Amino acid sequence: MNKRQNRFPVAAVPFLLWTVVFVAVPLLYILCMSFLKRAQTWGVVAEFSLDSYARMFTPTYLKVYAQSMWLAVLTTLFTLLIGYPFSYFVSRLPERRRSLVLLLVVVPFWTNSLVRIYGWMILLRSQGVINTLLIALGVIDTPLKLLYNFGAVLVGMIYALLPFMILSTYSAIEKLDPSLVEAARDLGAGRWRAFWTVTVPMTRAGIMAGCVLVFIPSVGLFFISDLLGGAKTMLLGNLIKNELLTARDWPMGAALSVVMMVMTLLVIGIYQKCSGERGLEGIL
Amino acid sequence: MKKRTFLPECYILLVLLLLYLPIAVVVAYSFNDTKLFHWAGFTFDWYGKLMRNRSIIDAFFNSLKLAALSSLSAAVLGTVGAVGVSRRHFRGRASLENLSLIPIMVPEIILGMAYLAFFSFLRLPMGMLTLTLAHTTFCVPYIFVNVKARLTGLDPAITEAARDLGAGGIRVFFDITLPLILPSVMSGTLLAFAMSMDDVIISFFTTGVQTNTLPLQVYSMLKTGVTPEVNALCTVMLGAVFLLVAVGRLAASLRRGLGGSAPKPPQFFEKN
Repeated sequence: MNKRQNRFPVAAVPFLLWTVVFVAVPLLYILCMSFLKRAQTWGVVAEFSLDSYARMFTPTYLKVYAQSMWLAVLTTLFTLLIGYPFSYFVSRLPERRRSLVLLLVVVPFWTNSLVRIYGWMILLRSQGVINTLLIALGVIDTPLKLLYNFGAVLVGMIYALLPFMILSTYSAIEKLDPSLVEAARDLGAGRWRAFWTVTVPMTRAGIMAGCVLVFIPSVGLFFISDLLGGAKTMLLGNLIKNELLTARDWPMGAALSVVMMVMTLLVIGIYQKCSGERGLEGIL
Repeated sequence: MKKRTFLPECYILLVLLLLYLPIAVVVAYSFNDTKLFHWAGFTFDWYGKLMRNRSIIDAFFNSLKLAALSSLSAAVLGTVGAVGVSRRHFRGRASLENLSLIPIMVPEIILGMAYLAFFSFLRLPMGMLTLTLAHTTFCVPYIFVNVKARLTGLDPAITEAARDLGAGGIRVFFDITLPLILPSVMSGTLLAFAMSMDDVIISFFTTGVQTNTLPLQVYSMLKTGVTPEVNALCTVMLGAVFLLVAVGRLAASLRRGLGGSAPKPPQFFEKN
């Protein structure tokens, strides 16, 4: 090892400085703020208090956490159930078609995500495409209530986050050596047995990375629950937004952000423990 | 004899159809001759209205400016940062790198809240400046991760050779390192640009009353009432994206015809 490698990297100073000023400092700032008292009208009073954390345990808040968590779990589960077989099948396509399909998965990302959610609004509305179609076909007489409920938010979440799951699992499945599966088959394992005992365990890292990438944002995407859930489905993200902009209770908003942050770090910690990855990059 | 079934292909097609269904609906409704939800005939009216809608056009150019500014600043910060830390061992390196990835790991709303509080504490006027600072911060990791992955794959002997032949650090960077990592810099910047163009949550908290970005404009339009101009706008953007992708693929296949390598399947990040 030469001496140059142990010197502090001067070239990286702007990057490191930027990270400290615009990532570490703001986050520490809201950590401090969460322990302060709210001012009468706007802002905070510099006085230590655990009020915000204490208030989190009231039933109204607890209900929102439970709903948000449940939605995140369901979203992760469904994206995995839909995405993993998709990636598996895509990995066995001929090369040219494989990259075309993956390209088609990524392209919607380049369009406005709100407009894609709006597309679901048009589809699910009571005079919307699905209801009109079902009535025309004579399946139903009165329009179903598809929009502004928990199910609609779940559909929107799955839709918005599925590509993350697909790309994560695909990159793991693609790396899997097909001869391992062949070996299992030669040794007498059936198609399913080989899949469950070789393919799935060997691609565990990709599955877990996908789950992390889907689970974490799904507690915060407040615009999806706003647009598809009406006011009925509240996420942790909606709660934070309301505390800031409607209730103007900054310490409470900060405390909720801290809790969300701790939860995120916990999820990442579990991921690191199970996958043996040390850095965060393994997830991406 | 292996049984040949078309089940996998059908499944792939079904998922793709579902991915494109809402987009197709939006495109179709941009030609619908009514503000309501039934089909009332074909029209180009919404496109004309879109062209005359100042607030949408302004918001679009704001977003374009913001995305260009932040992704380019982030490209410089992230590239120089990745080159700086690569193959160096110093205290706290791992923690600093993990810290730098936080903006794309934690739910965006946490950063949004943190910036709203932090920027008002600094008494910065909310607007283009605060938006650019916030967007640059979450753009940096996309470039940093991409470039770092690429650097890990490079043979250190190449830059060492240049150094042995007497090139200084800056000369090595511009003559050797940069040309080698340029594809990763570009793909990272492009991704960052797209993320900035589409960001709702962080912009929501860091914008002022004067400045609107396109996603925020669309959000407020969707919340207040239905305006088919949005459909028209989305169709135009979608068309532009497809055109860019098609041109890119055509260029890649032409290059391949001339002996280049096959295009890699798309990924968010390059892997080592």
